[in-house]
Amino acid sequence: MPLFDQLYNFAHWLTRNREEAEDLVQETYVKALKGFGSFHLGTNFRAWMYRILRNTFLTSRTGLKVTMTVPIDPEEDGADLAVERDTPETYLFEQLNRELLQGAMDELPVHFREILLLCEVEEMSYQEIAETLSVPIGTVMSRLSRARKTLSERLRPQMQRGAVTSITKGTNYGL
Amino acid sequence: MVCESWRTQLDTYLDGELPEEEIRSVDRHVRSCQSCSADTVARLQMKRTIQLAGRRFTPSAQFRKRVQLSIAPKPQRNLGRVWMFAAAAAFILVIAALTSTYVETRRDGGQVFSEIADLHVATLASSSPVDVISTDRHTVKPWFQGKIPFAFNLPELQNSDFSLLGGRMTYLEQTPGAHLIYDVRKHHISVFVFQERSLAARLDENSLPPRNLSFNMATWSQDGLRYFVIGDASAADVDSLAKLFKATSS
Repeated sequence: MPLFDQLYNFAHWLTRNREEAEDLVQETYVKALKGFGSFHLGTNFRAWMYRILRNTFLTSRTGLKVTMTVPIDPEEDGADLAVERDTPETYLFEQLNRELLQGAMDELPVHFREILLLCEVEEMSYQEIAETLSVPIGTVMSRLSRARKTLSERLRPQMQRGAVTSITKGTNYGL
Repeated sequence: MVCESWRTQLDTYLDGELPEEEIRSVDRHVRSCQSCSADTVARLQMKRTIQLAGRRFTPSAQFRKRVQLSIAPKPQRNLGRVWMFAAAAAFILVIAALTSTYVETRRDGGQVFSEIADLHVATLASSSPVDVISTDRHTVKPWFQGKIPFAFNLPELQNSDFSLLGGRMTYLEQTPGAHLIYDVRKHHISVFVFQERSLAARLDENSLPPRNLSFNMATWSQDGLRYFVIGDASAADVDSLAKLFKATSS
């Protein structure tokens, strides 16, 4: 099955629950198979599969709960791509243990979490991400920039304390 | 603050999304500026850390199996009446004890059809679906020489709606085979050819393909070769192409 491991990883990050992730992936494959006629040859298959998974998530119970708490986000389409990060501080990323970073990513709002995963883990191009999320490339760039900034800010206190213990998992912030 | 404008581009630069000209400019600056160079390394480190941390969850083997089964074909259930169901159930109970191998065969067959559908989907999704691109069967057929351990014939398509797009090698159950792609009214149809005896899954001479794959499919065995024809074209088109192949091979 194409993309199975990657889709499962992405689903688990979205739902933060093994059973829900499994249901989500299973439903994605069933929908993809049934709706393959709507896939246009020559377009991006990976983006198509991720879009099915994401749309399925958004209409799931957990997804609906997430979308009901949409944060006020005035910068969504802004051109603010500058990421202010103190250079000495960023060196500390080398010291981060994986669990700490995973905890910080878990606490991110889901729209930041998903775009970081698509860019950094799946190594999708901005165009692919735009297709997956059904947003313009400008939005991809600004959202990605703010996701990195937010992650950096949330890691700062941990790093300043030199904390390497895992942090408590938070709630699934709004999309 | 001289470097501020450069730093706004660093993430896009590291994502590989800057235009060629700007990449060269940022390259030159980063090499000459110690501060931006350090910042670039740190951002790169951050990207790698997220990449490693993000690969966190792995599906279990049981779950993989469950999904495979859920998208694999299931036997048709068209017995609507309770008494018919009861009779069928009793009949199945009797024959199940005698023909357990048959059940295994059906299960294997279902998995094979599912894998064929996967191969068809994955190939069409590829940016280079075929390795030999030609509408000429006399070009495509010789291309397989030395690549697969058997020979087969391709049908003449004159006066038909089909056109050959090309072919590629493929594998089913670790067995090499031929994968041909045809076009008919903007639909793509795959034809797979394998050696029957090399396939672990045992298919009947005229195994019926499943009805819930969302594709139309035909399969048959002829001259020791197992053929599969699959596509989202109409069942009539899939059958027509299958007939052309059968006529060529006989």
